[in-house]
Amino acid sequence: MTDMISVRAARARRLLALPRPGWLTVAAIVVLALIVLAGAFAPLLAPFEPTELNSMMRLKPADATHWMGTDSYGRDLFSRVLYGARISMIVGFSTALGSLAIGLPLGLIAGWFPLADGVLMRIMDGLMAIPGILLAIAVVALTKAGLVTVIIAIMLPEIPQVVRLVRARVISVRNEAYVEAARLLGTSSTRIIWRHLLPATFGPMIVQGTYIYAAAILTEAALSFLGVGIGTETPTWGNIMAEGRLYFALTPSLVFWPAVVLSFCILSINILGDALRDSLDPKMKARG
Amino acid sequence: MTLSLRSCLLATACVASMLALPGFTRADDLNVVLSAPLRSLDATTSTARITRTHGFMVYDTLLGLDGDMKVQPEMASYAVSDDNLVYTFTLRDGLTFHDGTPVTAADCIASLKRWADHDGAGGKMMGFVKSMDASSDKEFTITLSAPFGQLPDLLAKPSPIPAFILPKRLAETPKGEQITDMTGSGPFMFVADEFQPGVRAVYEKFDGYVPRDEPASGNAGGKVVHFDRVIWEVMPDIQTAINALRAGDVDYLESLPTDLVPLVEMSDTIDYGVIKPVGSQVTGQFNHLLPPFDDVDVRRAAMYALDQEQILMTAIGNPKYFTLCASIYGCSVPLASEAGSEYLNGSADERMAKAKEILAASDYDGTPVLMLQPTDIAVLQAPPIVAAERLREAGFNVEVASMDWATLSSRRTSMEPVADGGWNMFFTFWGVEGIWNPLSSVLIDGTGDPSAWSGWRKSDEVEALRAAYVAAPTFEEQKAAATQIQQLVYDQAFYFNGGEFMSLSAWSADLDGIVPGMVNQFWGIHR
Amino acid sequence: MIHYFVKRLLMAIPVMFFVAVFVFLLLRLTPGDPAIIIAGDQATQAQLETIRENLGLDEPLLGQFVTWMGNLMRGDFGVSLISQKPVLTLIGQRIGPTLSLALAAMSLTLFFALPLGVMAAWRHGKLLDRAVMIFSVLGFSVPVFVTGYVLISVFAVNLQLLPVQGYRPLSEGLVPFLQRIFLPALALASIYIALVSRMTRASMLEILQEDYVRTARAKGLNESVVLFRHALRNAAIPILTIVGTGFAMLISGVVVTESVFNIPGLGRLVVDAVLARDYPLIQAIILLTAGIYVLINLLIDLSYALTDPRVRYQ
Repeated sequence: MTDMISVRAARARRLLALPRPGWLTVAAIVVLALIVLAGAFAPLLAPFEPTELNSMMRLKPADATHWMGTDSYGRDLFSRVLYGARISMIVGFSTALGSLAIGLPLGLIAGWFPLADGVLMRIMDGLMAIPGILLAIAVVALTKAGLVTVIIAIMLPEIPQVVRLVRARVISVRNEAYVEAARLLGTSSTRIIWRHLLPATFGPMIVQGTYIYAAAILTEAALSFLGVGIGTETPTWGNIMAEGRLYFALTPSLVFWPAVVLSFCILSINILGDALRDSLDPKMKARG
Repeated sequence: MTLSLRSCLLATACVASMLALPGFTRADDLNVVLSAPLRSLDATTSTARITRTHGFMVYDTLLGLDGDMKVQPEMASYAVSDDNLVYTFTLRDGLTFHDGTPVTAADCIASLKRWADHDGAGGKMMGFVKSMDASSDKEFTITLSAPFGQLPDLLAKPSPIPAFILPKRLAETPKGEQITDMTGSGPFMFVADEFQPGVRAVYEKFDGYVPRDEPASGNAGGKVVHFDRVIWEVMPDIQTAINALRAGDVDYLESLPTDLVPLVEMSDTIDYGVIKPVGSQVTGQFNHLLPPFDDVDVRRAAMYALDQEQILMTAIGNPKYFTLCASIYGCSVPLASEAGSEYLNGSADERMAKAKEILAASDYDGTPVLMLQPTDIAVLQAPPIVAAERLREAGFNVEVASMDWATLSSRRTSMEPVADGGWNMFFTFWGVEGIWNPLSSVLIDGTGDPSAWSGWRKSDEVEALRAAYVAAPTFEEQKAAATQIQQLVYDQAFYFNGGEFMSLSAWSADLDGIVPGMVNQFWGIHR
Repeated sequence: MIHYFVKRLLMAIPVMFFVAVFVFLLLRLTPGDPAIIIAGDQATQAQLETIRENLGLDEPLLGQFVTWMGNLMRGDFGVSLISQKPVLTLIGQRIGPTLSLALAAMSLTLFFALPLGVMAAWRHGKLLDRAVMIFSVLGFSVPVFVTGYVLISVFAVNLQLLPVQGYRPLSEGLVPFLQRIFLPALALASIYIALVSRMTRASMLEILQEDYVRTARAKGLNESVVLFRHALRNAAIPILTIVGTGFAMLISGVVVTESVFNIPGLGRLVVDAVLARDYPLIQAIILLTAGIYVLINLLIDLSYALTDPRVRYQ
């Protein structure tokens, strides 16, 4: 009994503890925290409503009132970038969570039940073969270009990656002695999956999740660029840049600011993802 | 193995580069960037402006509209009988199709039939036509059952589907089927082999074309071509197009956003200005079938709430290039009048107060208004957003749905409730050439018929006045009917007239002789 | 070996069938109407109806699907609804620029990413490693169109070193071709470099732990010989894998890059086709890209099988 507890504790430590995070990781966490806070408290921080129009104040340079200037609708760019953080975070988080939540059970099934494996993996191969952006463009056109549609469109091509990852992990764990033993002892499939397989997938999944998170924010921007993104009434970094690109040569700030914030955000997520992977992978740590 | 393959490739590339010709753009080519990609080639079925532009390259019309919007002979001259029932058309000499066959009266009759099958106003005209007969290869008559004074205007009009003349064998293509053989008798020949949809379309000068002697004006007069080839390039990114113009890669840019004028002003090798003599009108369309806009009071409240100046200021940016006016036919056309301007006068605040008052008195119960917003048409991105803000201020519950133009275009044809893919409001814009009289404008169709253009307005009074306009023999009577129609269109809040804007074009400073027209015209222009 | 190859090839059939069904349903359930693109904005309902009938769009879905599949079996991909040109002709016109762009981007990627990855692995945990990783992740973090605009405004507009836009096929000369393909390829490679250099670093780290590398080092072989001759060669397969799976990513970059630099490639064709609801064209392009993807991955799996006999028994 105490053994179990200590095993669990060790596992939890391995999952959560970031042994001596480097300054880079710390910086990444700080940047991300700032962005998340900015998004969460956007209504308090933003000097203007992000949708407040003023046809007389179009494309103004930065000044004391409009810290980053105004866009082509005369809206305050700073407020929009703040609110954009909120939407980009929602897009990134929902996409990551959603694709993990769907990919995980599918991956477990494929890895554990050889019968389902063939069919499921052929479907996943098919889904993976369709270039994500084309799939997303088509899906967004399916209904109106709202937040939910865009999230689904970005999520769909990510699912097969998760399924593959989970499946591979399950297959490798399945053949481990302790799982083999549990099976011989007559432990039910559900229990084995719940007890042994599921925990084994957590590490890679968290790492994969951070990459999906980053990719989702970038894909949202690309969709906006192509004219099939979230509508302008909901500011996202992607659609701010997409609208601003017409004025790039004259008012580069419309692209510059969201691009800078977005790049810092993606950079931080990736650094964090790498740090997590290194700390979760005992081999990496040993080598460290 | 790998190495040898690589060096092999490299060698091939070097040889290829040595064999290649050094020059790419010949000086006698005109490279232009138009604002939309040419998609459908069939100018006899499509109402798309770009396809119409293509049509004027390869086809010619019997009559043309000059710069003052007066009807002029083009391929043919005409005479009317005293009872106004028989029109006799005589084809001028030297007309040949690109395949070398002469243009005959039979070709013209077949073409007019196809045109009337697809053009709304043309169909209306056919209701008056008793027969069309060729009396010789060069002459044919149109016999009417009742006088129809608009006939020459319709044959000359450049929108939505001009009455292009094509060979009989092509004109007899079944209704609705696309014509792919681009043989016409216009000043340019379409080079089918070099056509890459979405990339470029190439036209060659048609040496067999005999221009009229008069100077070119509007889409009439002598269409003299000075370039061997005109190449339409598609550039999806306007920034890239301006860069290309500045670098001399292209000579002419159809559409220059007013906000980007400073970029062009920086360069002294580029001129810019307004080429298209008439502007375009922004309109906000209501769906008259669905609540809340099935109620005329609610529509009127919306009309008061919306603001021409705010919409155009946001969409266009520079007051020099837009005009605010009440006329539903365009601000500067013969039929323009001030009728109904009481809906637009007064300050924005006064009108907002009025809107709130009317809305409060109406039966509006907070039903959300679904406003469609296109994400890929620059001019139309802003109006729905600006309008939504004003409507909300007036007390409307508005939801903006963003979508690409193709989705919007198909959604606007849905008569279903919003939940089943319907809509309440969207914005679009119309070249004045498409709405300049009550016969051609599909916006004031008051039949309420499912086959009418989106919105399905219903007013028997308007329909009666449109019939009166068609029957009216003099311009004064026509104008009287048109003015009454305009007043009714406002009173019944058919749609919101968002005012008129002009389109800017930019071109290389060494170009001269550009002929202003309703579409871009590439005759007359020379270096 | 042949048995394995045939088995894998057979497995590709249901995958492609799934793609075909999926794409067909996705498109036909999508609102949007090619008739309206043909007829234009001023077309009335009556005009639209005529055109729809002519395109066969009013037929039941199942019938349309069976016709399409039947034609596919005979190698007939159909005709574009909008331009009435054969779909394969349209794709043929556009595939050259896209392939050139993809290959140029791939070459640039390998040129930068391999040395970067090897150096990072070599100096694992040191400042150089960190710097390389940040640099490569930064490339991944900036949206491609922003990179594109910056490259254009710096190198083409301000410095005037390269043309601002456009594409010239190789047949018109190596110099004009390279001049125009360089900036878009660089913009596109910026994301790819990040991916490949990371993978190179990771698999190099793994290989450097192996006994034979230690032996090689112990034998006193030159460090660069150890890194590039022994380690990199053995790290090649995972790198190859990422190059293959990154194909989809390359496509998404291509779509955006082609717009920014005005390259008449497949990416723009597909966006145009989607916006115009040109069903046969979209279906063909997606089937084609999916086919290439399946093929690339098949080849990669084969290369695994050739080097690692364990794979064959799975």
